[in-house]
Order: sequence, then C-alpha cells, then structure tokens
Amino acid sequence: MHDFSEAFRLALQLLVTADADLLEIIGLSLRVSLSAVVVACLIGLPLGAFLAIARFPGRSALIVFANALMGLPPVVVGLFIYLLLSNAGPLGWLELLYTPTAMIIAQTVLIAPIVAALSREVVEQLYNEYAEQFRSLCLSRRQTVGALLWDARYSLLTVGLAGFGRAVAEVGAVIIVGGNIDHLTRVMTTAIALETSKGDLALALALGIVLVTIALSINAAVMTLRLTASRYAYA
Amino acid sequence: MLDEIAHSQPDQPVADASPLAGEARRLVYSVDGRNLVDNVDLALSATSLTVVMGPNGAGKSLLLRLMHGLIAPTAGEVRWGGQPMDVKLRARQALVFQRPVLLRRSVAANIRFVLKHRDNNSPERLQELLEEVGLADRAGQPARLLSGGEQQRLALARALAVRPRVLFMDEPTTSLDPASTASIESIVVRAHQRGVKVVFVTHDLGQARRLADDVVFLNRGRLVEHSSAARFFQNPESQAARDYLSGRLVLSS
Repeated sequence: MHDFSEAFRLALQLLVTADADLLEIIGLSLRVSLSAVVVACLIGLPLGAFLAIARFPGRSALIVFANALMGLPPVVVGLFIYLLLSNAGPLGWLELLYTPTAMIIAQTVLIAPIVAALSREVVEQLYNEYAEQFRSLCLSRRQTVGALLWDARYSLLTVGLAGFGRAVAEVGAVIIVGGNIDHLTRVMTTAIALETSKGDLALALALGIVLVTIALSINAAVMTLRLTASRYAYA
Repeated sequence: MLDEIAHSQPDQPVADASPLAGEARRLVYSVDGRNLVDNVDLALSATSLTVVMGPNGAGKSLLLRLMHGLIAPTAGEVRWGGQPMDVKLRARQALVFQRPVLLRRSVAANIRFVLKHRDNNSPERLQELLEEVGLADRAGQPARLLSGGEQQRLALARALAVRPRVLFMDEPTTSLDPASTASIESIVVRAHQRGVKVVFVTHDLGQARRLADDVVFLNRGRLVEHSSAARFFQNPESQAARDYLSGRLVLSS
C-alpha cells in the first residue's frame, strides 16, 4: 500500500514538473492519434456520406460490413498491418515498420470504419429529412453530400472525437507495428504496459492520469458541442 | 423592384422568362396496385393561380410532386411548356412543403445556399428576398428557432430565390395562425402578379376563394373537376365538390 502511495506521489511529481520523457510520450501519442483521426475522417466521412445517400446493389451488405469493422480487435489490425509492412510483406520496401507512420496507419485502419459507419448513420438520418427538398432544388450529388456534411457538422465532430478516443486508448495495434521503442515509437498506452510490467508504477500512473484526463476532456467536449448545437437548433 | 430584376438578368436564357403551361396526360401513380393518382388528365394555364382541393387522400400532394417531377409516375406523363418533365424544367420550379425543411444554418445562410447553387450569390439579391418575406431583421438568427410562420416565410423566400416560373405550394399554411397565413398569401399573390405560375394545394375554403383563378378538385385520386374559381364556387359540376363545399363529409375511400 505504501508503495502505491509513493508511486502516486512520484506520478504527480512527474506531471507537475512536466518531465521531459513524459511529455515526449504524450506528444507522440497525440501526434499519432490526431493524425490517424484526420486521415480516418478524410476517408470515412465521404464514404459514410456516400453510403448514406447512394442506392446500389450490395449497399446493405456494405453497411453491415462497415458496422462489423467497428468492432475490429486492435491486435488483429496490428497483426494485419505488421504483415503488410514487414520486410517479407508487400509493402516492406517502404521500411515503415516500427515508425510512427506505421502506428498512424494502424490506427487509421482501426477507426476509419468507425467514422464511416457512424457518419453514415448521422448523414442518412439528415438526408431522410432533406432529400425531397434537395431534389426539388435540383442539387447534384456532390452538392448534396457537401450540404449534408456541413449541416451534420456537430454530430460529425462528435464522431471524430469518438474515433480519437478509441485511437488514443488502444494498445494492441501500436505495440505490434510500433514496437514501443524508447524515444521513437513509445506512446502512452504502450509505455503504461511496459512500465507496469517493469514495476515502475510512477510513470505508468502519471500516463494513466493523463489518459483518463483526455478521455474526460473528450466527453466534456462532446457534451458541450451537443449543448451548443441544440441551443442553436443546429443538431 | 423584384420585377425589374426578374426581367433584367443577363445570364438567363430568354426561354427562362417564358411562361410554362403544364399538362398531365393519363397520369397514374400507384402503390401496391392501388392507384393513388388515377388517370388524371389536366391542363394548367401558364399564368393562372391554380388551387388544388379535395379531401385527405385525394392525391393532391402526390399530384403536386408528380407535376414537379419529384416522383416518377407509374404511367402517363407530365409536360411543361410542351416539354416532358426533366431536371432542367424542375430547376425552373420551386416547391414549398407543408412542413418547411430548413437547413441547420442561419436565416440568411438558408437563402444563400440556394443563391449560391444558382450562381447568383449577391448580397443585394439576398437582402431583397429577406425584405420580400419580412425577415430582414432576422437574417443572422438560426433558422430553426424561428416561429412556424417565419419558418414558412423563409421556405418561401428560398423557393423564390430560384426565380421559379412555377411555384408549387403544398398546404403551406395548414398549421399557421391567420396573421401568418395572410402574410404567406400576400407573398404568393405578389409572386403571381410578377408572372409566376402558382399551383396551391389547400384544405381551406376561405383561402381557396381568396386566391384561386381556377380550381382543380380531386377525389380518390381522380380529377373530378377543373373549372374557373367563379364557376367552381357558385355552381360546381360534381356531387363530390358540392358536398365538399357545403361542408358535408366526402369520404375518400
């Protein structure tokens, strides 16, 4: 018990003194996960919007597929990207394995389906409301998608935040493709796993506190967004 | 003022200003084998204010959507100005729905949205439309926080933003109070006076009397009667219309 309180004290000290190693790990975590969210949104939002308004054979199957991908286990995604990027793999020549880029790719694969599936739902709901009006206005498909994405902006921001929450908290994928190399690919979750197994609870705890704070902040941001949106009747 | 601009727009082809007479030929719209619009032949003049009446389920809204090309007929065809209905024709028409469908944006942004897509995004035109519907002092407000009457006026402004040759109104005042109704009516009448063909669906006999040049009366998906307003209200041809006018129940099925 004494060990724990000592570890907790050290953790707070690391946080208060803004320990360089700690900041480096947090910085890399944010960089990797934010990049992954941006790329996942660039892929997932248009795809989700397209699935929401297009009608073609196999659409339902594709939606079921995208929904199923939301539950992809991170370690499986990690393994899959590992196989692609390893020297013997088809993309081995890119020499990306054990780099932050590989981690961004893995997290993008992990959360792009989430962004696509959730945004499909959000946009489709809006489209049901707007469809006749838009047809009356003779909007092209591109104009329709643009208007829907803009009008769903608050809901889609929360979709992005949900994706970020999942990315920053996962450990399975980044540890496989990143390798948890000190000063290179060590992020919060992999560091926590490693430090805990080494018995260095202070750093693990400090990172844990940061992670929980990030999770809380994301939820607070989502809530604020929802409130703002409904106050202006924009949601 | 609006009138001048409607005629002086240089980028619009001449044909756009020409009136559009509408025509339905043996129009059928059926769902699960039931003809909700049943073999309707209709000729609408290019300039009159046409009121469409009939009990619930008579097919009024469906007829409007068919004439606007929002839904495809099961059989028959719709023509405007002699041309078969297509996207180009629909772009010269506008429809105001019973419940206004407003974007989750400001009042001004709702109108700008249409102006932008019609390549006429001038602040002057926006201001003109806002003033036309009496919403100039509401420009920056979120559209969905307007009152019901204001929302419908905004929907009407957005419809007028496309400079329609034909304006369809689908029971736009059903849930509005008399003051809002009067304001919608006067905007529609002004548009009609500027040469816009209006097709106005209503349940409200008083409203029909105030507005109509000619009346289309539907019952059970069929065109029962199409005559001048004077004739329709004084001496309707059909029993169904006589019953409807005298306030007796006309059962639609």
